[in-house]
Amino acid sequence: MSKHWPVLTLGAVLLVGLVLPIATGASPPGFYVEVLLGGLMAGVLYSLVALGFALIFKASGVFNFAQGSMVLFAALAVARLGEQMPLWVAMLLAMVIMVALAWLIERLVLRPLVNQEGVALLMATLGVTYFLDGFGQTLWGSGIYKIDLGIAKEPVMILDQVFQGGILVNKEDFVAALVAAGLVASLVLFFQKTSTGRALRAVADDHQAAQSIGIPLNYIWVIVWSVAGFVALVAGVIWGSQLGVQFSLSQVALKALPVVILGGFTSIAGAIVGGLIIGVGEKMAEVFLGPVMVKVFDLAGGGIENWFAYVLALLFLLVRPEGLFGEKNIDRV
Amino acid sequence: MKAKIAMLAVSAAIAAIGSTTVLAQAKEQFFPVLSYRTGAYAPNGIPFANGYVDYLKLVNARDGGIDGVKITFEECETGYATDKGVECYERLKGKGPTGATLFQPLSTGITFAVTDKSFADKIPIITAGYGRADSVDGTVFGWNFPLGGTYWDAADMLVQHVGKKEGGLDKLKGKKIALVYHDSPYGKEPIALLQERAKMHGYELLLLPVTHPGVEQKATWLQIRQQRPDYVFLWGWGVMNSTSLKEAVATGYPREKMYGVWWSGAEPDVAPVGEAAKGYNALVFLAPAGQGQVHKDMIKYVYDKGQGTGKKEEIGEVLYNRGLVSAMMGVEGVRRAHIKYGKKPLTGEQVRWGLENLAIDKAAIKKLGFDGFMLPVSTSCVNHSGESTASIHTWDGKKWVVGPDHYASDQQILKPMIRASAEKYATEKKITRRDCAKEAG
Repeated sequence: MSKHWPVLTLGAVLLVGLVLPIATGASPPGFYVEVLLGGLMAGVLYSLVALGFALIFKASGVFNFAQGSMVLFAALAVARLGEQMPLWVAMLLAMVIMVALAWLIERLVLRPLVNQEGVALLMATLGVTYFLDGFGQTLWGSGIYKIDLGIAKEPVMILDQVFQGGILVNKEDFVAALVAAGLVASLVLFFQKTSTGRALRAVADDHQAAQSIGIPLNYIWVIVWSVAGFVALVAGVIWGSQLGVQFSLSQVALKALPVVILGGFTSIAGAIVGGLIIGVGEKMAEVFLGPVMVKVFDLAGGGIENWFAYVLALLFLLVRPEGLFGEKNIDRV
Repeated sequence: MKAKIAMLAVSAAIAAIGSTTVLAQAKEQFFPVLSYRTGAYAPNGIPFANGYVDYLKLVNARDGGIDGVKITFEECETGYATDKGVECYERLKGKGPTGATLFQPLSTGITFAVTDKSFADKIPIITAGYGRADSVDGTVFGWNFPLGGTYWDAADMLVQHVGKKEGGLDKLKGKKIALVYHDSPYGKEPIALLQERAKMHGYELLLLPVTHPGVEQKATWLQIRQQRPDYVFLWGWGVMNSTSLKEAVATGYPREKMYGVWWSGAEPDVAPVGEAAKGYNALVFLAPAGQGQVHKDMIKYVYDKGQGTGKKEEIGEVLYNRGLVSAMMGVEGVRRAHIKYGKKPLTGEQVRWGLENLAIDKAAIKKLGFDGFMLPVSTSCVNHSGESTASIHTWDGKKWVVGPDHYASDQQILKPMIRASAEKYATEKKITRRDCAKEAG
């Protein structure tokens, strides 16, 4: 118990922060639920991108800084190809492009750097980030492009019998959250139940041991980067349909960084739970903590949504560096 | 001997080529172009830059330059980042036979950063419809030219418009107006004026900053849903604008009650939202969408010769036209300065005189091919902005439709604010006010 007190204290503070607006009557229940739902839906999307980070880190020990740029690149491919052909064909083609990209990254970036320091690999993915950001714009353009999934964008009112004024839910958000949740579930199944998934986990646990029993490392890396590309594609399509496909998508996707710090770099469950905590936390903080800070400290307000996730991740790094579900790193000397 | 003669011939040839180059350089006016064609703000930066550069090309192709002085230009990518903007400014300020003619950074952040430098470099900075609101005061801000209007003008006109909709400014008492703004020097500029007007009319002003680049606004719009303001003023740029509209749709806020500044009312802002943006309004000044004589010339002299910068079908879009008008005002500043200094390449300091004596009247507008795209602009040493008027245009789902009302900012409110703010700047920076009467004499 004693060694867990910092984590428990932080958890308690977050929990109090979560219930305070409703407990003190600062927010009407309906509005509180709306904010909560908005946070959860955003959180599922963060989880989706965070999964890409976790997958690659788990399988290769590489922190793939380029995951956000992969989201942008995939979304740009779908949007621009979708102008010439049916959307589903564009998505299939974009998937082929992402697999080709995964193969190229493995061949040109990762393979020459095998056995190098982790920081060298991180820098390499930084290079990939800048290349994809620039090349994506050169290839596909720098405008704002549309991906129309055909989902109505107008909100609907639900539970108007329970809450005064009802609860406003955006259909597109809801469908996006469902798709993301479905993908997360299928990825978990893929990792747990398929032979490729088991091979990926074996590589994650011990590269050399995996190689010694005949698992081809390079092939596995291509697979894992392709899966990360697929995750990027789904995230790009969902986010692109909501925000428009444009350069900033890569920056939004970086919100998954604090998610993996919080959840743990090697944990799929961590990516999911971390995403939800960050999503709910930042929305709650912006809506309920923001006005309080403005009053108390006479601030201009706003912007909490942007830094909250990172501060939370920082606090977690201080009290539990391996994240909520990450494996504790024990070095034997 | 033969070798000597050959050497002499080569030397003479080189000297001749050299002197031709000097002569050619002597008839060139260099325009630096600070643009952003990549990054988060590229969707808006590209059409503006295309219009700006195309106009410079047009003046060369159609008129043979400004009064015979050929325009040269060089683009520098700022990415809308202040540090890169300053870097571009430093790199380009000395180029050309007489240095940079003027700068148009299309960024309030970059404008703030280079304003201090302009005093030493003596290069005018045109900020048509952006920049520092207090830089209207030419006696303090000797090198800034917020031609056509500032954000205080814009905010003032928006308050007048919603006041008119309510049946009078006094009817704004007890109303709520939310300002959803880009959390940057640009977005913060209108706050002072809106607060001043709030004191006068008794409306409540909600300030909702949105952090760069503006794609995360869910919480902002949840607050709007909670607070239910009567109007939302949108002070966004780039992807922030379309995101605001998408979030307004997602939270059910009526687009008819949303009013954007003139930088939040172009095709890239509404096109990604399409039909759902129908009813959204924005200020329009200087150049609405559409085509006139200048566009016909552009197609004939530039695009049909394969020299166009962008796509032919994008000619006439709001931001393209604004780029055209902005470039035109710079060119006219040089042309005006030719009257005093002669038809030759001019320094930034000489061009300033032209910009301080701009007299683009209706006849000049027609002659330049901008009939219907701008109202007359005249400046002075004291007033570096000229008249500021604007209308409201509304997105009908397919195109912008300009409304019938014209608004002019209330100078009784603005002038004291400008004077006080400029005075504060002058004190901080130890700037002695210019004596315009003495300079004219």
